[in-house]
Amino acid sequence: MTLNNVWVFAQATNGVATTATLELVTKARLLASNVSVFVSGDGAAIAAAVGDFGATKVYGADCGAHLPGVAMAAAMKSVIDGGESPDLIMFPQSYEGRDAMARLSVKLDKTVITNNVDIEDSGNGVTVTTPIFGGNTLVATTFTGSGPFLAAFRPKSFAPEASGGAAAAVTAVVVPDLGAAGSAKVTAVHVEETTGPKLDEANVVVSGGRGLGEADKYAMIEELAKLLKAAPGASRAIVDAGWVPYSYQVGQTGKVVKPTVYIAAGISGATQHMVGMKGSKNIIAINKDKEAPIFGIADLGIVGDVHKVLPKLIEALKARG
Amino acid sequence: MNIIVCVKQIPDPAAPGALNSESHTLKRDGKLVIDDSDMYGVEMALQLVDAAGGGEVSLVSMAPNGETSGMRTALAMGAAKGVLVSDPALQGSDALTTAKILAAAVQRLGGADLIIAATESSDGYTGTVPEQMAEVLGLPSVTFTKKITINGSTLQASRQTEAGYDEVTCALPAVISVTAGVVEPRYPSFKGIMAAKSKPVEQVTASDLGVTPVGWDGAGQKIISVTQAEARQAGEIIEDDGEAFNKIVGFLENLKVI
Repeated sequence: MTLNNVWVFAQATNGVATTATLELVTKARLLASNVSVFVSGDGAAIAAAVGDFGATKVYGADCGAHLPGVAMAAAMKSVIDGGESPDLIMFPQSYEGRDAMARLSVKLDKTVITNNVDIEDSGNGVTVTTPIFGGNTLVATTFTGSGPFLAAFRPKSFAPEASGGAAAAVTAVVVPDLGAAGSAKVTAVHVEETTGPKLDEANVVVSGGRGLGEADKYAMIEELAKLLKAAPGASRAIVDAGWVPYSYQVGQTGKVVKPTVYIAAGISGATQHMVGMKGSKNIIAINKDKEAPIFGIADLGIVGDVHKVLPKLIEALKARG
Repeated sequence: MNIIVCVKQIPDPAAPGALNSESHTLKRDGKLVIDDSDMYGVEMALQLVDAAGGGEVSLVSMAPNGETSGMRTALAMGAAKGVLVSDPALQGSDALTTAKILAAAVQRLGGADLIIAATESSDGYTGTVPEQMAEVLGLPSVTFTKKITINGSTLQASRQTEAGYDEVTCALPAVISVTAGVVEPRYPSFKGIMAAKSKPVEQVTASDLGVTPVGWDGAGQKIISVTQAEARQAGEIIEDDGEAFNKIVGFLENLKVI
């Protein structure tokens, strides 16, 4: 089959479409002539932006206090029941995206393939590419049976490119009764944003891991990050240990980063972590253990103690002014 | 308060993963262990049952070859019983089929007030099974839960988001997925390990649960190739002689970052 109608599960922050959304809309436009976007909230807010990247329609659904993923899956199902027939639905590998794709896959009784970095329509099959084993191995999987095919993509899998399209036509969708699933409601929203550049957009990222030894040593990472106008990041180990908030986490279950320079300090390089940073253009690693897997992908590896190397590096950078 | 925890038994994560050359499925033929990610759910369930002053923790698992060694770890921690779905026909099952199987196993145990799973497994990490189970069971769900408290028939949870966390309320029964580090899993005591040996684990097949089709037949996907990604080459590795920081400064200068 050839893809004709592609849907994209879009997300917006304060009425602005996320970069991940624009990446998926760009790819969708290259795959099919009709691209529709679904977003929680008012579709009009992002109509111009997603139109510019190639979407022709935007469906907005007011999810109220419902968890957006749950409500959006029901809204998308209602549009399919109303006669629309997408061939492919693309989701970002995000919290809301996961909830939505999982709920929708059951409603449609269709498989969903997650963690992809690419998709191809050969004309007689749609194939997605999923990295496994920390990205060392690529698995190509073809959807079988009839659509809609559901697939989720990691952030930064596609480069967002505007096509100069007109604003997408806006349609409001009513969220159907969610039954028992509708009892889950958001009562408060807490933002733990870091100051300085955003982790997934920064040109330089400095991350710390278990090798720092204790929580207050993370201050070295923050100081170095400040000097380099970098975003501070973290391995899952120290997030789990409660040293820094989850929003700092780089990796499979955290943020995917592709900065010009990534500095990994006291990080051994668990698969979990490498998946989130191995796309960095340059990697500097500092670790005591010379067998640490991180050295296998580092452009500059320093076998040494972060407690000795980092203070000297910080002093040297300060001296430069 | 009765809680069911989904427990995945996976190959030893310390050993490098491998795929079967023909089926392209993960090799799971050696001894399996409990997925570390599931220890948090088991611990949380035990604590919640304790706090409620009654009830029990049960387990559901899907694994080949009648494998129960990972489940025994959770039983040793204090879970009371389990259902293991083990069936050669399940090989190749996708996440949706897995969710249907686990949901059916939950129903075989008579349901529960709360069903807990990890956010994703350490070996396959599809990351959709808990939410798919909730939809199959017609239940509300809170994924990526960092903290939960239960008041009567309502749960309050902190749920991770890209920017921080949301507070979410939800009626029971419900399905939640919990993040690693949410609680400190206990070590099984010797007494617990001994007791676990005689705790009941019912072994059933997909057809016992009435779930069809399963395995490759039920999967809406087919792996067509497995290739090695272009490897990133290691660069210069040096031992710190006290001056290695200068190397970093030089490297950053070359890139015009400083």
